[in-house]
Amino acid sequence: MSLLATNYLTPTGREEAWRFTPLKRMRGLHDGAAVIGDRASLISTHVLPAGVTFVRESLEPLAESDDVIIERVRGFSSNVAHLSITANTEVGQPIFLGRSKGALDTAELSRVRISLGNHATATVVIENTGDTVLAEDLEISLAPGSSLTFITLQEFESQSVYAARHHAVIDKDARYKSITVTVGGDVVRILPTVEFIAPGGSAELLGVYFATAGQFFEHRMHVDHAVPHAKSRVNFKGALSGRDAHTVWIGDVLIRAVAEGTDTYELNRNLLLSDGARADSVPNLEIETGEIVGAGHASTTGRFDDEQLFYLMSRGITLENARRLVVRGFFNEIVTEIGIELIQERLMDRIDGELAKAGA
Amino acid sequence: MSTLEIRNLQVSVNTDAGAVEILKGVDLTITSGETHAIMGPNGSGKSTLAYSIAGHPKYTIVGGSVTLDGADVLDMTVDERAKAGLFLAMQYPVEVPGVSVSNFLRTAATALRGEAPKLRTWVGEVKEAMEALNMDPAFASRNVNEGFSGGEKKRHEIMQLELLKPKIAILDETDSGLDVDALRIVSEGVNRAKENNNLGVVLITHYTRILKYIKPDFVHVFANGRIVEEGGPDLADKLEANGYADYVSK
Ligand SMILES: Nc1ncnc2c1ncn2[C@@H]1O[C@H](COP(=O)(O)OP(=O)(O)OP(=O)(O)O)[C@@H](O)[C@H]1O
Ligand SMILES: [Mg+2]
Repeated sequence: MSLLATNYLTPTGREEAWRFTPLKRMRGLHDGAAVIGDRASLISTHVLPAGVTFVRESLEPLAESDDVIIERVRGFSSNVAHLSITANTEVGQPIFLGRSKGALDTAELSRVRISLGNHATATVVIENTGDTVLAEDLEISLAPGSSLTFITLQEFESQSVYAARHHAVIDKDARYKSITVTVGGDVVRILPTVEFIAPGGSAELLGVYFATAGQFFEHRMHVDHAVPHAKSRVNFKGALSGRDAHTVWIGDVLIRAVAEGTDTYELNRNLLLSDGARADSVPNLEIETGEIVGAGHASTTGRFDDEQLFYLMSRGITLENARRLVVRGFFNEIVTEIGIELIQERLMDRIDGELAKAGA
Repeated sequence: MSTLEIRNLQVSVNTDAGAVEILKGVDLTITSGETHAIMGPNGSGKSTLAYSIAGHPKYTIVGGSVTLDGADVLDMTVDERAKAGLFLAMQYPVEVPGVSVSNFLRTAATALRGEAPKLRTWVGEVKEAMEALNMDPAFASRNVNEGFSGGEKKRHEIMQLELLKPKIAILDETDSGLDVDALRIVSEGVNRAKENNNLGVVLITHYTRILKYIKPDFVHVFANGRIVEEGGPDLADKLEANGYADYVSK
């Protein structure tokens, strides 16, 4: 952990990590001005299955962080909401976590840990809703051979601010699949980060986001291939519509010299549905060894394809419905990966709604 | 009975070097039950005619008119033209990622029929249409045209023709890229649509082979953006023998 005084680290907006983020709208999370409220909002919303516990306890951080907000969260509290899945337990049903009441006039600094024992398998869903100002240090510990599907749904109300790091530490042969969905909030800044600590692990970071007028959504990946023979995939898809809708996708992938046999690919696609919206997309692959299986990236930002719309409309489908089909189709590949029908439908309806709201 | 009337249609496309005139006054009348073959050299404007009637945004109508039973087609949006009863089987059908064939077909049928087809009869209807064209039912869950072979795309177009039941259909080189069996199967599909719905057909083709299956009432020679000769089925044989040299004199 860094020993620097936190005020020394207050970002100015000139730092690489902060150059896109609208600091003025962070409600004081970044510079310590926020008044910290007395709440711990993360709750279990369903009965916990056997082999699963959810308790608050004091825990040391799992991994270092160079993020200012995460430092502030850690400086504030050692109390961690800890979801733990016992070794060798295969949890069939998804585990649902959600939020109790939030507030906009005070901020919450939250620490969360999800840990899977050896060869445990689980799906964890966090439904982030409501009005809140929330900074969150969320760490995931995957023991050897374990497998986690981690779904976070950012469906905050329109004035909320959420700044978080979702950091997974992946041990030998463990499998991590995250699906990050961001559709609500004023400012959402998530750092989905991954660190391999033993060979044979795999990480799949998937995401969808839809920003409408005035919303700022940032997803800043960091995948650290620090050991040999790990595999990572990143695929984020976003749509933007309306004045000053702004999204940022940063895909930092580091393949260290020791990380022979690495296999990685990252992809970001953005669909600009109107003028006045801005999508920043920055893939960044650093390769320190040539002994790899594969490494690649792609990033595209485009508008509606006229040929697709024409084809659909030539079959009697109205422009509005054709757009809806194309946008649903665009997101479909990732949304179906969620694998929970109810959430998939809710999300697609939400996307329809955003599209209609934008009048795109 | 429906009649599609194309009168002195002039169309241009915008290029970096300005507007280029492609259709230079096309006259053609198609009535229900009739089959009109259009044959002509590459680049003569056949697809431009087809797309212009369907309303593709790339083309600018410079002059002339297109009416369906008196209604101004050129004034309609693309979907309104389909609702009025026009159908275009495209030379290059478009891939729509993430949209399944079954979802696409149901959305189209709902739009054209004004109400969602009853789920129980609909599933059977689609299955039947696919079987009739020798398409694997697995296509229903694939994305529209994505990864389809050239011939599969064409079968998919004709399957839509049968399901959506238009009044007048323009088939733009539907026969290109079909193997001999597929050509027969697809032709039978068109003939069924003619028989069942009294469909009027504009058949754009380079080959007389398909005309053995779908008998044209009229054959039109298309060159340099207009129809330059009209005749009966025997004109097609003449073209096959002599080519277009007589019509593209410069
Ligand atoms: N954007 C464009 N810029 C310049 N010329 C264009 C453009 N779009 C179409 N054209 C030209 O318009 C002409 C007519 O094209 P069209 O596709 O209608 O021909 P066609 O008769 O269908 O040919 P084919 O038999 O090869 O399918 C061609 O010469 C083509 O190059
Ligand atoms: Mg053509």
